[in-house]
Amino acid sequence: MTETWIIVGASSAMARALARATAPRSATLLLCGRDTEDLQRDAADLRLRGAQAVEVLAYDTRDPGTEAALVARAAALEGPFNVAVFAGAMPPQTEVEADPSLLAGVVQDNFTATGTLLLRLAPLMEARGAGTVVGVASVAGDRGRLGNHVYGAAKAGFATLLSGLRNRLGRSGVHVVTVKPGFVDTAMTWGLDGMFLVAAPEAVAKDILAAVRRRRNVVYTPWFWAGIMAIIRSVPEPIFKKLQI
Amino acid sequence: MPLNSAPYTGWGRVLSANAGRARPEKVAALRRHLAETPGPALGALRSYGDAALSGRRAAVDMTRLDRMLAFDPQTGVLEAEAGVRLSDILAHMAPRGWMPAVLPGTGHVTLGGAIAADVHGKNHHQIGSFGQHVESLRLLGPDGTPREVSGDTEPELFRATLGGMGLTGVIESAAIRLAPCPSGTVEVSERRIAGLDAYLDAFAASTAPFQVGWIDATASGEALGRGVLEEAEFSPPGAPYVPARKHRAIPMDAPGFLLSGAVVRAFNTRYFRRIPAAGRSRRRPLAGFLFPLDSLSGWNRLYGKRGFHQFQCVLPTDTARDTLRAMLSEIAASGLAAPLAVLKRMGPGRAGPLSFPMQGYTLAVDFPARPAAAALIARLVERTADAGGRVYLAKDSLARPEHVARMYPELDSFRASVRAADPDGVFETDLARRLALRGNSA
Ligand SMILES: Cc1cc2nc3c(=O)[nH]c(=O)nc-3n(C[C@H](O)[C@H](O)[C@H](O)COP(=O)(O)OP(=O)(O)OC[C@H]3O[C@@H](n4cnc5c(N)ncnc54)[C@H](O)[C@@H]3O)c2cc1C
Ligand SMILES: NC(=O)c1ccc[n+]([C@@H]2O[C@H](COP(=O)([O-])OP(=O)(O)OC[C@H]3O[C@@H](n4cnc5c(N)ncnc54)[C@H](OP(=O)(O)O)[C@@H]3O)[C@@H](O)[C@H]2O)c1
Repeated sequence: MTETWIIVGASSAMARALARATAPRSATLLLCGRDTEDLQRDAADLRLRGAQAVEVLAYDTRDPGTEAALVARAAALEGPFNVAVFAGAMPPQTEVEADPSLLAGVVQDNFTATGTLLLRLAPLMEARGAGTVVGVASVAGDRGRLGNHVYGAAKAGFATLLSGLRNRLGRSGVHVVTVKPGFVDTAMTWGLDGMFLVAAPEAVAKDILAAVRRRRNVVYTPWFWAGIMAIIRSVPEPIFKKLQI
Repeated sequence: MPLNSAPYTGWGRVLSANAGRARPEKVAALRRHLAETPGPALGALRSYGDAALSGRRAAVDMTRLDRMLAFDPQTGVLEAEAGVRLSDILAHMAPRGWMPAVLPGTGHVTLGGAIAADVHGKNHHQIGSFGQHVESLRLLGPDGTPREVSGDTEPELFRATLGGMGLTGVIESAAIRLAPCPSGTVEVSERRIAGLDAYLDAFAASTAPFQVGWIDATASGEALGRGVLEEAEFSPPGAPYVPARKHRAIPMDAPGFLLSGAVVRAFNTRYFRRIPAAGRSRRRPLAGFLFPLDSLSGWNRLYGKRGFHQFQCVLPTDTARDTLRAMLSEIAASGLAAPLAVLKRMGPGRAGPLSFPMQGYTLAVDFPARPAAAALIARLVERTADAGGRVYLAKDSLARPEHVARMYPELDSFRASVRAADPDGVFETDLARRLALRGNSA
């Protein structure tokens, strides 16, 4: 039987790369996102690349109605399915500092909305007794840095939720992979200052699929970010609070 | 839409621009961006000089709009976004028995770049240029609104866009007629050619659908114009398509001595003798044959940090023999050429007023960027114009406006189409400015 993927935030370049990597294996794909017209173009592309069936569903972290429709569609799926969450947003830290009411939205986009969605999908996956959840968090969630701790805090919340979900769903044969990318060459980082070691979205997608295959729990991608973050996590707080990173 | 302000270069890495680049990943984002900040489109930056550089306005990098949209197996017509790479189309269509009719020497180029330069392949003498296989285009004008352009709806704008170096607008997507791809492998025969006369005779006598010649641009005297001729045809149907091999990357800029005259001469002699005197035949994967250098990513760094120029001209059949002799003598005497030099036969096929091809022979030679090389290329450009030939705008960085006027007889009609499509010159690139492709008033 071929795999089924519900891809949340399917317009992300990483998500596109993941979908393209699974299409030649005759995957069935549900592309979820805000710009459904544009996602139809991805759907056509993925069919030409070998996907068995591709559907487009509206999903907006700010619109609970889209979540309900997505969960209903998932409930109607016959066999086990995988879910990959790419949706997220990173407004400049300075913008949130100027208007702190934006924090709630950042948390919603990166944590609570997609977290709620995963909690609603969880029973469906438990009932099927198989499948994988891929949650894209970030190295930014490992430590509150000067430059983006609002986004980082939301990602940290998401990562902690994923960790607990892994424990819960593992009992029913469902695996949860937490993905922590470093810098990736996507719309989110295009034109930002201070980027280094920027990875291609295709490389990230490859790492994610390898992690799914090997049932890894937490993966940094590219791999060397595990080392970089181990160092950053180990800096004592009295020193860390003075750093400009 | 955010701009990336890092400077960028073409494949030759000599010239650069830094007016910023946007890189939309969705069609709506592209149109919105163009409406606010119009500027020329860029593909994979595989043109060598300043064709894809925009030093005044922010450019639009199209590489993330790379989706195949529709394919009709009855007609072989594929519709795709302009940022898709030709190697990607080939990899997904070859297993279905189809391929882009025209493929240049690298698969990394985008559909938009292939149309804008009206590129040619190893089968040009039989099948013509890329633009001749374009059915229709979706073209974005200066205000970001799309229009369907084809030979039926707007023939002048359509023709001017084929080979128009991006000056008529941003190609958002295109429908192209694919050609049958009967096999995933080709039968390649390679033989040594002793000198220029033998080379041109061999090309004239060859009936192979794919032909390409490597030429030793350092050889002189009796050996002037010697090289290795490759001819290929499809293997019998059935062999599966295998994608090009995994990439190995050049990690750093190579030191200059690698390309000194003595090293290149020695390398070329070994490269020539690699082929047995009696020639050889072998079966090769299609992609490996078509895109010989694509397994080595970033090979342009072998030319060192100063970068390089490629001179490419086409010469009409009647002047080709004498002009090639004169050019090759001058190049060999200079000691400046790199190993990468190609001689190919061309047919008459071309799609637009600014298209490069003409019936005859095309010569392409790489030169590491040095002041003497620039002076030599300037003389080669002059010789090309005198011989009634053309330089290839996708490779050029040294020609002058008066050369283009002599080489491209339809320049005036091209200018009229461009000014109608883009009255304010928002799509003008550095190449267009240098060569006054829009006319003087731009
Ligand atoms: C190793 C190598 C081998 C090559 N071999 C050949 C060969 O055999 N035959 C041949 O003909 N050429 C050859 N070329 C040249 C190459 O095919 C052309 O330069 C081609 O235009 C590059 O496409 P690109 O996507 O990189 O476009 P770029 O180099 O980024 O842009 C080239 C031009 O296309 C325009 N353009 C790009 N996208 C769009 C768009 N969407 N809408 C409007 N305009 C657009 C740009 O404005 C620019 O004028 C070779 C190049 C290399 C590096
Ligand atoms: N790029 C990096 O360096 C990096 C590093 C670590 C982690 N990440 C994470 O990786 C994931 C993918 O990001 P990316 O880099 O590919 O950037 P991206 O292109 O901006 O992707 C973000 C995705 O989230 C979606 N999204 C944003 N707001 C949404 C909303 N309100 N409702 C529904 N979907 C929404 C976007 O959809 P639209 O297209 O509709 O906006 C898009 O699909 C994100 O979670 C990001 O935080 C990125």
